[in-house]
Amino acid sequence: MTTVTIDKAGPTRKAKYGSMSRDRTWALRWSYFFLVIFAIFSLTPPIYMLITSLKSSAEISAATNPWWVFHPTLENYVGLLTSNQFLRFFWNSAIVSIFVVTITMLISVPAAFALARMRFWGSTVLATGVFLTYLIPETLLFIPLFKMFAVIGDWTGVQLINRWYVLLILYPTLTVPFCTWIMIGYFASIPKELDEAAIIDGASWFQTLTRIFIPVAFPGIIAATIFAFTVSWAQFLYPLVFTTSTDQLVMPVGIITTLIKGDVFNWGQIMTGALLGAAPPLIIYAFLMDYYIAGLTAGATKG
Amino acid sequence: MADVALQSNRAAAQAARKRSSLHKMLKRKSTVAFLMTLPLILLIATLVIYPAFYALHLATLNKSMQRFVGLSNFEFLFKRETFWLVVKQSCIFAITAVIFKALLGFIVAHFVHNIPAKGQRKWRGMLLVPWVIPPAMSTLAWLWLFDPSYSAFNYTLSFFGIGPIAWTGDEMWARFSVILVNIWVGAPFFMIMYLAALKSVPEQLYEAAAIDGANWWQRIWYVTLPMMRNIIAITTLFSLIVTFANFDIVRILTAGGPLDHTHIFATWAFRIGIEGSDIPLGASVSLFMVPILAVAAIFILRDISKRGNEA
Repeated sequence: MTTVTIDKAGPTRKAKYGSMSRDRTWALRWSYFFLVIFAIFSLTPPIYMLITSLKSSAEISAATNPWWVFHPTLENYVGLLTSNQFLRFFWNSAIVSIFVVTITMLISVPAAFALARMRFWGSTVLATGVFLTYLIPETLLFIPLFKMFAVIGDWTGVQLINRWYVLLILYPTLTVPFCTWIMIGYFASIPKELDEAAIIDGASWFQTLTRIFIPVAFPGIIAATIFAFTVSWAQFLYPLVFTTSTDQLVMPVGIITTLIKGDVFNWGQIMTGALLGAAPPLIIYAFLMDYYIAGLTAGATKG
Repeated sequence: MADVALQSNRAAAQAARKRSSLHKMLKRKSTVAFLMTLPLILLIATLVIYPAFYALHLATLNKSMQRFVGLSNFEFLFKRETFWLVVKQSCIFAITAVIFKALLGFIVAHFVHNIPAKGQRKWRGMLLVPWVIPPAMSTLAWLWLFDPSYSAFNYTLSFFGIGPIAWTGDEMWARFSVILVNIWVGAPFFMIMYLAALKSVPEQLYEAAAIDGANWWQRIWYVTLPMMRNIIAITTLFSLIVTFANFDIVRILTAGGPLDHTHIFATWAFRIGIEGSDIPLGASVSLFMVPILAVAAIFILRDISKRGNEA
């Protein structure tokens, strides 16, 4: 009885091996085939941005093959990079992003440390609350916030609407909850022996944070910084609602409101602007991809 | 590892409790902790929780915001045809986009997982580009690809004899376009999440399934999907919230047109509340996002606390 089954199993297993390796080669070919299709789908818009940005307006309106540049020119880049208005947008975006990243880290790192390590009354509720805040989208809050700031302006005379620095107050609502959340995850993964040793050696809580937690959780800090920067650089709704004068605008809104004049679309310049606006996050991503992905996955996997 | 750390910590805490100086420190600890979280608490309280309730208050005022009108803003909305159009479009937009993002992300993650490990980084890097570009910027590129007279897509399709398509001009095509762009932006996020989850499925399970004679479909259905159930659920709910509350893509691509057919809650609230300066009505519109957000949030929270208990 047993010998029969062994005899039976022998050849089929061998055959199975052969078919499996053949299956694997085919699976691999199909994988590459579909990956190429998906990569084309993913990269078409950015590549088309680049193609259009190298064309003169004459070539664009001549309606030749849109996928090819016949007379490459840098006039769009020169035009934008010498325009004070565009440089102003870039400058505003850079200042806002840098300040927001700083504010975010200053608020979220100590808070995450306290929530991850120093159990106190209401800390678990607060940690859940932070996560819930992250789920509240900005599209729910922009109208009441707009009215709030208008009222503050009426009462105190501090004009916040249509000033770029209003964004420094608004953006942290988007970045702080998520950064706190992922920092809680990173801090919680540090072994408790480490901070206990520090406390026994006489370190204060603040020293434990700066001397031990921040260096050990440095990858997490980089991931959170990248996230905060990307969010503040890409944010579109708040600047659209809260700033209107051209000298107060940031990149995304600036490009859309000033380069589109009525129904006239100067596509060469718009695509150049869009590409330049997409460049900082893309460059950061190119160099720090692993941190970027770590931050992305940490948010949802480190519950 | 975590358990050991926990136990030793507990033992240390019990030993420490006997000494009174440490008791004092514990008292101080809560003060320090409170001070460390104070900026966070203030930020959330003044700029998230307060405005959320302020929106409720605003929704009960008349247009000049001087008179309490109760629920008449909502009554007014219910009578408007555009409102129901927005409700319908928001649901179509969010549900279709999330389903396709999840499917596409799952498929692409599998293909990336299939190829040899050393090539994966490169492919992952390319496929994540749509997620990295600020959506406002990439939507501009799509707007140009969809341009009524110079559309690069129509140019390409004309070789196959497919007539010019009014991508953003026709009601159905405009709906298709905003969903397509949303899928393009959001699918990489799913891909990354699923890829991380696929890597954490133990190889032995697949080997066991292969020995039992499972084909690839059975392996996905009985091994991969159950192992990834948590991550699929949480990513989908996350994405549902973000997609439902989307603003950039619809605003830039169609601005709600043609004839308000692609408006979703956020863009319509902006049109009414900021462009039309009817803040109370705009606030009422945006409040309609709350129910779906609340439902999704409850599910996510349940999942997180469940995982917290397991750990």
